[in-house]
Amino acid sequence: MSERALFIDYARCIGCQACVQACEECDTHRGQPMIHLETIRRRDSVQTAPQVCMHCEDPICAQVCPADAIKKGPDGVVHSALTHRCIGCSNCVLACPFGVPKYFAAIDQMMKCDLCYDRTSIGKKPMCATVCPSQALTFMTPEELERTRRGTAVNEWVFGEERVRTKVSVVVPHEVKEVHVNLVQLGKRREKAEPDDVAALLEEG
Amino acid sequence: MTPAKRAPPPSREALRAATVGLSASALLILGIYVGSRRFKDFDVALVPYAAATVFAAFALGYRYAIWLGRPPTKRYFQQSLAIFFTRGKILANTLGLARAVYGSLFTQRFIRERSTLRWLAHFCIMWGCLLAAAVTFPLSFGWIRFETPRDSQEMYEAFVFGVRVFRCRLDSPLASLMFNALVVSAVLVLVGIFLSLYRRSRDRGVLAVQEASSDLLPLILLFAISATGVLLTISTHFMNGFNYTFLSQFHAVTVILTLLYIPFGKFFHIVQRPTQIGVQLYKQEGAAGEQAKCARCGEPFASALQVGDLKRVQAELGIRYGLAGGGHYQDVCPPCRRKNLALLQDGMWGAVRRGGDPESKES
Ligand code: SF4
Ligand code: SF4
Repeated sequence: MSERALFIDYARCIGCQACVQACEECDTHRGQPMIHLETIRRRDSVQTAPQVCMHCEDPICAQVCPADAIKKGPDGVVHSALTHRCIGCSNCVLACPFGVPKYFAAIDQMMKCDLCYDRTSIGKKPMCATVCPSQALTFMTPEELERTRRGTAVNEWVFGEERVRTKVSVVVPHEVKEVHVNLVQLGKRREKAEPDDVAALLEEG
Repeated sequence: MTPAKRAPPPSREALRAATVGLSASALLILGIYVGSRRFKDFDVALVPYAAATVFAAFALGYRYAIWLGRPPTKRYFQQSLAIFFTRGKILANTLGLARAVYGSLFTQRFIRERSTLRWLAHFCIMWGCLLAAAVTFPLSFGWIRFETPRDSQEMYEAFVFGVRVFRCRLDSPLASLMFNALVVSAVLVLVGIFLSLYRRSRDRGVLAVQEASSDLLPLILLFAISATGVLLTISTHFMNGFNYTFLSQFHAVTVILTLLYIPFGKFFHIVQRPTQIGVQLYKQEGAAGEQAKCARCGEPFASALQVGDLKRVQAELGIRYGLAGGGHYQDVCPPCRRKNLALLQDGMWGAVRRGGDPESKES
């Protein structure tokens, strides 16, 4: 049996915020959730989607870090910024293809999801996957996933021309071998919300 | 832990770094030569310390140069210098710099925001070490020398670079402060170490990620130096020199090991940390200038300065974020990147439902 891994299935997310609450309780960043829960296209859908660190094989966050503060462990987990090194420049925040790292101004440092290292390093599931009621976030073996899910898991991404391979995978239809991310798929939203379009106004904030 | 695997330093880089390292050592040796008046004031007993420092200077220079040579670091370095020396702004920048130095390096507010215990531990260790360094380096380089003058055994004279700067009575408070400066620094460091170990043994998050080699070794080294230092004083004053020779040799070994370790381990952050000041200047400049707007939502999300620099750095690193349609992925804000990923997956399933090709880029 292979090792357990983390899988994301955005489509399953019901926006309950359980992962955000549980993430806050992780010992390595207590009180601060590292997971992002996005509300997408509020104007015509209620879809929400969680985003954790994908733990890239050759993390771009680490490559653009001027302080050499982001390190990948031998187990493939990309850790939060080393506190004695991070100088709070936010290069990682802006360059991560998945939009993961968070900058905290008060401590002038970046923090990010470290796959609940206090838990996963001793064989426990990460907090988010433990509490997610719809299993949009799930921690299991690839075999279990194939057996129980429609679709397949991919961890190969292409951003423009940049190939990225990740430790965490996303569930997609069987035909898909890698995910191509291009501006075509970004979909522009209307320049200005109509005054009576409450949903769009909400999105504008 | 391994660093990112791309862009290993080519040999030209290594050569340049070695030159920087050698220059650092050479400068230090010159400083010792001149400062000790052609070795006249140089205490031969302290040669091992000075030699270890010269080696550390080489390694520090080498590593610093390699580090500054990394594309993102180099870019920040050049930009902060350029920003600082902008004509007409030097005075304002100097004031800003002083404020940043006070907040980040002196009071270290950003550490206190993490936890008071952590801040206190770090504060004690830092000031203890700085005090000790301020006393011992000039002594071992022969820059400072103390003597009892021939005409009076009660008095004490201090010379800096061979010039007498003051005289005081042996039993004066100033003299006892000077004699005990190292004891004060050792006690500060010891208090800091105990606070730090207390925190490290209780915080479960820290327990999960800390590493013996990088997080505990520095504490062990500092403990060994401070403890043997304090024991030396106790041996002299209260135990008639009990085990003095052994203790002083042991103390020397711990100090030399630590000097050699500075460039390679956690202590490297001492020379690295001041870049935080440059980055603060850079951020201020960026915030005051034009803002980059997201290609998807149109909202400003970062300074145009930083986004432009990042694109340059990415090109140097071989990160190719150029998009098929002519856009650049770096122009998409982080929230839109996250939303886009979910929409993408949604589009793939939609295509399957409609009997189409999920890999089609038109979703
Ligand atoms: S997903 Fe982003 S933060 Fe996580 S390892 Fe990759 S580049 Fe770094
Ligand atoms: S914010 Fe910290 S971890 Fe991120 S790139 Fe800057 S120095 Fe590195």
